Amino acid sequence: MPMSYFIGLSVVMFAMGILGVLLRRNPLVVFMSLELMFNSANLLFVAFSAYHQVLDGQLFVFFVMTTAAAEVAVGLALIVAIFKAKRTIDLDQMSSLKG
Amino acid sequence: MSLGLIFMYSALALVVVVSGIGLITSRNAIYAALFLVLNFVTVALLYIALGAPFIALAQVTVYAGSIMVLFLFVIMLLGAEQLPIAEPLRGQRVLGILLAVAFLAEMVLFVLLRGAPTVAGQAVSPDFSTPTTIGMLLFERYLLPFEMTAGVLLAATVGAIFMTRQPRPDRKGALPAMPEESKE
Amino acid sequence: MSLNEIASLHPFFQLAPLVVFLPVLGLLINLLVGRRLGEKGIGVVASLATAGAFVVAVLLAVGLAQVSEGGTLTLANWITLGDLGVSWSFRIDTLSVLMMLVVSGVGTLIHIYSIGYMHSDVRHNEDPGRFRRFFVYLNLFIAFMMVLVSSDNFLMLFVGWEGVGLCSYLLIGFWFEKGADGIGNARAAKKAFVVNRIGDFGLLIALFLLFYNFGTLNFAEIFEKAPAVAAAAPGAIMAITLFMLLGVTGKSAQLPLFVWLPDAMAGPTPVSALIHAATMVTAGVYLVARSQALYFEVPAAQNVVMWVGALTALFGATIAVGQNDIKKVLAYSTISQLGYMVAAVGMGATVAGMFHLTTHAFFKALLFLGAGSVILGVEHGHAHAHAKETAHGHDSFDPQDMRQMGGLRKRMPLTFIVYLIGALALAGIAPLAGFFSKDEILAAANEKSIAVYAVLTAAAFLTAFYMGRQLLMVFFGKPRSGASEKAAESPLLVTLPLVILALLSVFGGALNLPGSHLLETWLEHSLAEAAPGEFVLTVALISLGFALLGLYFAWLVYGRKPIFEKDQTDPLQRPLNGLFTALANKWWVDELYHAVIVRPYQSISQFSAGAVDQGVIDGLANGMGSLVRSGAKAWRRFQSGYIRSYALTIVFGVVLVITYLVLR
Repeated sequence: MPMSYFIGLSVVMFAMGILGVLLRRNPLVVFMSLELMFNSANLLFVAFSAYHQVLDGQLFVFFVMTTAAAEVAVGLALIVAIFKAKRTIDLDQMSSLKG
Repeated sequence: MSLGLIFMYSALALVVVVSGIGLITSRNAIYAALFLVLNFVTVALLYIALGAPFIALAQVTVYAGSIMVLFLFVIMLLGAEQLPIAEPLRGQRVLGILLAVAFLAEMVLFVLLRGAPTVAGQAVSPDFSTPTTIGMLLFERYLLPFEMTAGVLLAATVGAIFMTRQPRPDRKGALPAMPEESKE
Repeated sequence: MSLNEIASLHPFFQLAPLVVFLPVLGLLINLLVGRRLGEKGIGVVASLATAGAFVVAVLLAVGLAQVSEGGTLTLANWITLGDLGVSWSFRIDTLSVLMMLVVSGVGTLIHIYSIGYMHSDVRHNEDPGRFRRFFVYLNLFIAFMMVLVSSDNFLMLFVGWEGVGLCSYLLIGFWFEKGADGIGNARAAKKAFVVNRIGDFGLLIALFLLFYNFGTLNFAEIFEKAPAVAAAAPGAIMAITLFMLLGVTGKSAQLPLFVWLPDAMAGPTPVSALIHAATMVTAGVYLVARSQALYFEVPAAQNVVMWVGALTALFGATIAVGQNDIKKVLAYSTISQLGYMVAAVGMGATVAGMFHLTTHAFFKALLFLGAGSVILGVEHGHAHAHAKETAHGHDSFDPQDMRQMGGLRKRMPLTFIVYLIGALALAGIAPLAGFFSKDEILAAANEKSIAVYAVLTAAAFLTAFYMGRQLLMVFFGKPRSGASEKAAESPLLVTLPLVILALLSVFGGALNLPGSHLLETWLEHSLAEAAPGEFVLTVALISLGFALLGLYFAWLVYGRKPIFEKDQTDPLQRPLNGLFTALANKWWVDELYHAVIVRPYQSISQFSAGAVDQGVIDGLANGMGSLVRSGAKAWRRFQSGYIRSYALTIVFGVVLVITYLVLR
C-alpha cells in the first residue's frame, strides 16, 4: 500500500484521540484516547520502518508500549486514589489548583 | 495491486475509524474500552501486513490484552459512572472540535505540500523483522534504553502500589489520609 | 635575565629580591608571633628586616660600582597576554639602587627611632596593643616602596605605587578614633586616599596610553622606542607625560593635589618622617626621573612639570610661614621642597633633583623626628606639670602647638642641636647638605628660565624665614606653658637616630660636591641624557645671601622680641594683616576645593540618591513589580484548574507549531 494510506489513517486516529481528550470528562476514556494517539504514532513508526527498511522504528514502538504500560499503571492508580478521596472521577470536579 | 488487497485495506481502515469514533462517542466506559480493543487488534493486523509480526503480537498481548484488562478492571472497580451530557466548560466543545479539524486539515495540507512518499516501499524480505533480529538489536544497540525502561516500569509499579494502598495512620511514614474536599 | 645570568654579571645582583622579601619576612614574623615577642622584640625584628634590606642595597651598590650598567632579574611572569608580557622583575641600576639606599637607610633609622617613640605614643594614646600593628605597617610600607623603585616596568611600579598609598592611608589613620570629633584622623586618612586616587587615575590613563602606543610596559623597551613614537605621534607622548604628571602631583603633593599632605600629619610622627617626607612622596620625583626619556621628547610637558614644581615650591613656602603646628610647618615645607625636586626633574636636571631628594630625605627626616622628640618632651612635661590634676581627664592641650613651647633649648639640648642642623640644612646654609643640592637646582633653573629661578629663590628665602621662625618659637625665648617648662630630653633610642641623621645632613652634600660629582657619575649610567648638574658660584652666593636674609628677618620678627604669651597674636599679623590671615588659613585652598568640588559633588550625589535613585530607579523597579502583578492578575484566569482547558491550550500550541511548519 502507498505510504499516504498509513499517514492518513494515522492522522485520523490522532485527531480522534485529540477529540476524546478534549471532550470527554471521564478520565478513563481520556486515558484510552491517549492510548489511541500512541497507537497512531506507533502505526507510523512501523510503516516508515518498513518503508526505509530500518528496524529501529519497530524498536521505538516497543519502547513506546512499555512506557505506555507504565503510564497506564500510574495513571490508573492516580484515578483510583482520587476516586477514594472524592468519590467521583469527573475531571471537571477537580479544579482545586486553580489560580 | 489486486482488487482484493485494496478491499482488505479499505475494510481495515474503516474498522479503525469506526472503532475510534465509537471510543470517543460511547457514553459507557465499558463500550469505549471494547471499541479500543477492536481498534488495537485491527492495527495489529496492519502491523502484520507491514511485515512486523513481533510488534503485532506485542500489541495484542500487551495492549489489547493486559492494558485493556487493567482498564476494564478499574472501570469495574469504580463503577462505570455515567456523567451528565451537558458541557460545563464554556466553548470547550466547539474549540475542541475546531482544533481537531484544524489539526486534520493542516496535516493533510502538510502531506500534500511536502510530498510525502506516496509509493509503496520495497518488498519486505521475510527475515527483515523476525523476533530474532529484533532481539539482537534490542540487546545490543538498545541495551541501555532497555534497562532504563525496565527501571521506569519498576518505578511505575512501586508508585502505583504506593498510591493505592490503604493508609494506616498508626504506621510511621504513612501517607496522611486525604482530606475530604469541600465542593465549590 | 634569570638568576644564573644575573649572577654571572655580578654575584651580588642575585640578592636583589631580598630588598622586598626581607621586610615581608619581618612583617610576617611580627604578624604571626609578634604578640609573644614583646615591644623590644617586635622593634628589633622590624628594624633588622629593614636594616637587612639596607645591607642588600649596599651590596647591590657595591656590585654596581664594578658592573655599572646593572641588569634586570626576572623573578616571575605575572601577565602574559598575546604580545604583552608583564613580569615581576628587579631592575638593578644606579637610579633604583640609589632609591633603595635612601628608602632602607632612612627607613632603618626611623624604625629604630620608632621603637622609642611608639613606646610612649601607644601609652599616651592608651592602646599599647597597636605597637605591633605599627611595625607591621612600616615593614609593609618598606616592602611596597622597594617594589616601586625596583620595578622594571610601569605596571609593577604601579603595584608599588598603590601599595605605598595603602600603607600611607593605614598609617595616617593609625589612631583612627582620635582627632577632631573622634573622626579627624580617619577623615585625614580618607582625604589622603581620595586625593591620591585622583592622581592615580591620571597615572592609570598614562599607563593605558603607554600600552596603546608602545605595546609594552617595560621601561627599557619604551625608552628605546620613545623617539620613534614621538616622531609618529607627538600628541600621544604629550598626553602620556601630562597624565603621568597628574599622578605625580597626587603622590608628591604638588599643586593642585597637595591638600592631603598637611592633613597626613595626623599619623604618628615617624610616619610623617618616613612616608610623608623622606620616601613615599618622592615617588613622583622618581617616576619623572625614571621616565625622563619620555619627557625629553616633549619640551612643553617638561615646562609644565617645571612650573608646577616651582609654583608649588613658592606656594608651600608661603603657607608654612603662617602655621603654628610644628608638624604642619614641616609638612608645607615638604610640599615646597618636593616642588624643588619636581621643578628640577622638569628642567631635565635629573641628577640635581635626585641629589636634592637624597639630602632632603636626610634633613627632613631629621626635622620630623626632631619634632617628634620635641612633642615627646612636651607631652612628658605636660604630664609632669599636671600630674596632680589628672582627675579632670583630657584637656585641650595640643603638644604640637608651637605657641605653647618656647625655651626648649635648655630643656632638650641634644634635640635642639640636631634640629638646628636640620633647619639650617633645609634653609640652604653652607656647607650643609641642603646648600649643595638646592644650589644645583637653582643653577639649572638659572640656565633654563630666569622666571623659574626667581620663583625658586623667593621660595628659598621664605624657607629660611619659616625655619628661623620655627626655631625661635620652639627653642628660644621663655617657656610659654607649664608643659614646656617641664619638658625633658628624649631617651637614647630616640636621639641616636637623630644624631646619625644630623651627621648625614651635615655631610650629605659630599655626595655630589662640586669638583667630585660623585652622584652624577654614579647616576649617569641610568640617566644618560640628564643635563650635567653645575655649581655656579654667583648663584650659590645669591641663594646663600637670601637664606641668611631670611634667617635675619626671622630673628628680627621673632627673636629680638620673643613672643611671651601663648595667646599672643603673631607678630607678623600686624604688618601683613590680611595676607597673614590668608597664609594662616592656607590660602583657603581646602575651603575652595570644598566649595568647588566637594559641595557640588555632594549635591549631585543627593540628587542622584533622591530624585534619580528613589524616583527613577525605584520607580522603574516598583513599576516592573506592579506591572507583573497586574499582568499576573489578568493571566491567572487561565489557570482555571480544569485539566481539559490545559489540554486545549496544549493542542492549540501544537496546531500553532504545525501551522508554522506548513507555512514555512
